[in-house]
Parts: sequence; C-alpha cells; structure tokens
Amino acid sequence: MMETKKISKVDLIFEHIDPREVLTKAHTMTPKEIIDEILESGLKGRGGAGFPTGMKWELCSEEKAETKYIVCNADEGEPGTFKDREILDRVAYKVYSGMTIAGKAVGSKKGIIYLRGEYKFLLPQLRMELDGFHKMIEEIGFDFEIDFRLGSGAYICGEESALFESIEGKRGEPRNKPPYPTSKGLFGKPTVVNNVETLVNSVIILKYGSEKYKLLGTRFSTGAKVFSVSGDTPIPGIYELELGMSLLEFVNEFGDGDTKAVQVGGAAGFCVPRKLFASTVIGFEGVPTGGSMKLFNSSRSMYNVLHNYLEFFTEESCGQCTPCRVGCQQLLKGVESVKKGESKSTYLNELSKLADTMKIAAKCGLGQSVGNAFNSIVENFREEIIY
Amino acid sequence: MYQTDNLVKDLVEIHGCGRENLLPILQGIVEKHNYLSDDAMVEVARELDISAAEVYGTASFYSFLDTEPRGKYVIRVCKTITCSMKGKQEVIEALEDILKIKVGETTSSGLFTLLETNCMGWCHKAPAMLINDTPYIELTREKIVEIIKDYMHK
Repeated sequence: MMETKKISKVDLIFEHIDPREVLTKAHTMTPKEIIDEILESGLKGRGGAGFPTGMKWELCSEEKAETKYIVCNADEGEPGTFKDREILDRVAYKVYSGMTIAGKAVGSKKGIIYLRGEYKFLLPQLRMELDGFHKMIEEIGFDFEIDFRLGSGAYICGEESALFESIEGKRGEPRNKPPYPTSKGLFGKPTVVNNVETLVNSVIILKYGSEKYKLLGTRFSTGAKVFSVSGDTPIPGIYELELGMSLLEFVNEFGDGDTKAVQVGGAAGFCVPRKLFASTVIGFEGVPTGGSMKLFNSSRSMYNVLHNYLEFFTEESCGQCTPCRVGCQQLLKGVESVKKGESKSTYLNELSKLADTMKIAAKCGLGQSVGNAFNSIVENFREEIIY
Repeated sequence: MYQTDNLVKDLVEIHGCGRENLLPILQGIVEKHNYLSDDAMVEVARELDISAAEVYGTASFYSFLDTEPRGKYVIRVCKTITCSMKGKQEVIEALEDILKIKVGETTSSGLFTLLETNCMGWCHKAPAMLINDTPYIELTREKIVEIIKDYMHK
C-alpha cells in the first residue's frame, strides 16, 4: 500500500511575500548553493512531466556557454488546466523572481516568458509589473532581463522544443531529443525551461528552506500543487493541495456525490473510474498531474468525453510524425465506427494496440500520451463506447 | 496596398528583421487587419528576406494566424470537454441566431466571424468564448445578447 496523505489545503503559491527579501538572499548565495537547495527539496516540474527541477538547473549550469536562456513555459493548454493564468494574474512577481533565481543558478542573463495567445489580455498588466520588477532586481545587483513572447493558438507549443521553435519564429514542431534543452535549447543555447508554477516553487523553497518544504507532500512528491478543478463539481476553481492524497479523498471534497470518473492530468492524462479512487494516489508515485482534475458524474457519456479528447488531439497534432498524425485520426474514426456499429466491438482491441504503438513511436509527448486517455477510458468504460 | 506595406514596415521597425521576429510581426498584422492577406505575407517575406512559402508555412501552423479574411471581431467559442458539458452548444446556437451565420462564417457587415477553438483555460467558469483577445465566461443566452449588442455599437 502506498503512503497517502489526508487532503490538506495550503497557501504558499498565492501568499504575498516580499520578493526583495528572497532575491537579496539568492543574490548572496552561490549558484551551487541555490542548486543544492532546490535538489534537496525534491521539487519536480509542475507542468505535468515531473522532471526534477534541481537536476535540470544543475545540468544547464555545467554547460560552458556565453549565452544561456531561462524560459518560462506559460503556454498552459492542457484541457482542464487554468492555474498558470491565475498565478500570473495574482503573483506574477513570484514567477519573475523564480526566473531570476534560476538565472543566477545557471549563469543566464536572459529570461523569456512564452505566454499562450489566449492569455494575451493579461499582457498589459504583466508588462507593467515587470517594469517595476526590473528596477528592483537592478537595485539588488542582478544582471537579468525578462521578455514576453506570445503564442498563437497551438497546444503543441507547450512541448518544450516546439516552444523554442515557436520563439525562433518557426512552425511549432517538436525537435528530436537528445540534445536536451539544457545543452542545446533556444537558439541552440543551453536553456532551462520551467513551468510557471515550478518557478514559483523555487521561490518558496528559497524563502522557507528545503527542510521545511519537504514536510509537505510525500517522499516522492514533495510540496504542494495547484489543482484546477472542473467538470461535475459544486465548487469548480483553483485549489492548492498537498501532494500524495488519494483520489477518494479528493472526490469526497470536490465531487457532487455522484462522481463516476475523474480525468487526472487533462486530455493527455488518465481516466480513473470510481472503483479505483481509493487506491489511486495523486502524485509522482501514483497518477502524476499538471493539475487538471475533471470530474464526471453518472449523467455523462464517457464516449462523448473520449470523442472530445480525440477530436482535440487530431486537431492539435502538429502532423510532423506519422504515428501521431495518422494515429489520432484513426483512433477517432475507429471509435466512431464502433459506436455506429459499423465495426465490431473487438475492433477496440486493435485501436488499443494502435494507441500503444503511438506511445512508443510518436516523436513527442503529445502523440505518446494520447494512449493514456484512450486506453484508460476504453478499458474502464468499454460498454459506454460500444452501446 | 499602401496601408499593408506601411504596417509591415512599421512592425519590422519595432520588432526587427530577424527570423525570430516573424511571429510578433504576423501577430501585429492580424491585430490590425484581422487576417494575413497574401500581399501582407509576401511583403513580410520581402522584409525578412525569406521565402513567401516560409511565411505562409509558419502562419498556417497557428490557429490564431488566420490566412483568410475575418471580421473585425473574431468570436472563438471553446469546444473542449468542460465547456462542451456546460452548454457550449447553446452558446453556438445563440450566436448563430443573433449573428445569422454558421460556425466558420463572417457576417455580411464584416463585423463578426464565428469560430470554435480548443480549451482556453476557463473550465471552472464554463462555457467561455474569446472575442479577439477578451475572454467572456459563464455565458448564458442573455449575457451573449448583451455582449454582442455592445460590440455592434462600438
């Protein structure tokens, strides 16, 4: 049995702090001291993939290069995720602070925030706050500058290497890896790319220390996480919760009493049916999530849910690699034909194999994760797909 | 085309003529002209010294960089799962009623274009839509009528 935590709300991300205090402290620390503190905290990326942040910073710091970049991934496009918008709206200075700290840690003077086009309305306010921030860090003694770049409505640009391509003025098509961004990222330079919430966490860790930070969450999922809760819930919204709770605890808090499934991690995540609520841990040791939690009650057709996700992926696939481009289309056509009775229900098994193939053969995270939602919905709600 | 030439030149002046400035330049054109005309893309290619195919290839990748004429106000209704569960269809129907167009069309006045889009990050306040850059949330038929009326009189 995995360790689970009681559900517990915390208030660290949106808590107002004096950024000058943390940044002054960071300014007196050596890059190695900063990286060690982040490594010690066990912080993992909050965008969904969960790569250890300290390791990312360490790898980038070891690169010898004149120019390095800190890129903030604010291309929050995963269906059901809206926490980064809220963070930027309410505490943007903590995001800027995190980027400045990362800059000091890896030896970078240039930060870029890639903001999705859908959030362009935030830009005037963000720019104004950034002006004040630049003045403050200059006074402290940092040599670091942040700039904004806007997306234009492409989900795939949330994939780190597609995001670089987009900043470079190209189609947002993911690159082959390796090389990884920490050695060859934006404009071919060593780059740290972190999610909005990850950067704020680095500020929290420097403020309170890694020892205190680790008291939150579990051994494998330290800290808290901002969850975007939507769907069939009486209280949709944004909640900061300790990692490591069971999905049952979560549903007891947010469900409407009739929850039959929760999609954890957005369209690219997993669908967990009621019978698995108690045994599912929300965290890196269980089901990881970028924060998207969508609840479905028994009035919902899981066929419609799956169909909606597949339409989403079919439209958002960049089309570069065949497993994803053709795979998404065939999965969509396939479930439609089973639903209409044009194909036998056993055809679903073939489609599941296709989804597995995409997991192995697709070039990037988009194509590789279509199978998560597909297989977990087909496996647990097979009769709803067929009839 | 005098106007387009000038706009492109101004944008190149602001952002610079490097390839990495292609997106901000294209975004700037869409902001002013609502879409990227062939002439505009050719002009950008000339200014940045890249092929027109490169410009079109990049533009056509991004759903917000329209390469066909759009109205002054582009309405994008979210169609992803939560909005779809919370009444996206009624939103579309209300807009189609009021504007007398279907999804994908532009009003004859050239004022409104009605489109659908994927998740725009307002699932907790669904259903939602964007009009140009402004989000509108927790939509009802009544709200939509008011919003569109406001835009008609702008």
